[in-house]
Amino acid sequence: MTNKLSVMCVSGTLEKLQMAAMVSSVAAATGEDVTVFFSMNALKFFLKENAELAPPEEGDFGPLINVEGVPAFRVLFEQAAELGDAKLLACSMALDLLKVDPQDLVLDFGPATGLTKFLSDAEEGRIVSF
Amino acid sequence: MPEEKIVDARDTFCPGPLMELISFMKRAEIGDQLELLSTDEGSANDVPEWISKVGHELVSNEKIDDVWHIKVRKAK
Repeated sequence: MTNKLSVMCVSGTLEKLQMAAMVSSVAAATGEDVTVFFSMNALKFFLKENAELAPPEEGDFGPLINVEGVPAFRVLFEQAAELGDAKLLACSMALDLLKVDPQDLVLDFGPATGLTKFLSDAEEGRIVSF
Repeated sequence: MPEEKIVDARDTFCPGPLMELISFMKRAEIGDQLELLSTDEGSANDVPEWISKVGHELVSNEKIDDVWHIKVRKAK
């Protein structure tokens, strides 16, 4: 049986986006059935207009990962989807409040998703939140 | 004929070497051998863990002049 991992990515700081991207990409590439649900402050970093926008560093670790050689979080999420078939989903509430559609996002996002759907899909799996 | 390829992931940090290896693995044929070059200490343990979990064959893992050479054969 495939392990199911649901990642809630809500914080808009570099460290949390990086950790969420690392967990998602490694789990997906190891054969887990990964869904990443983006909402709150995390989502705006995936708007096409913000494709180059750097999230603020949260603490002392930020500068350490903000260097060449550390894979960028957007690239890791892309690899999670391409190499490990991870599903990238944007929270419908957050999309509404930002007045955008999934087509306004970088990467290949699935349909706008509500919490009921996310939670029901996450049943019998693990949920981690960043 | 099985191929042998070098995947040079030196100077990248976790999970860079693993993701590099995986993207090459996807494109390789069963029986092909890849040699991952990495300078990331954590990856020296984590990459063999991934190889065993996914079911490929770890051929060798040795450190030569601060560079890990992890050889893996695609098994499925």
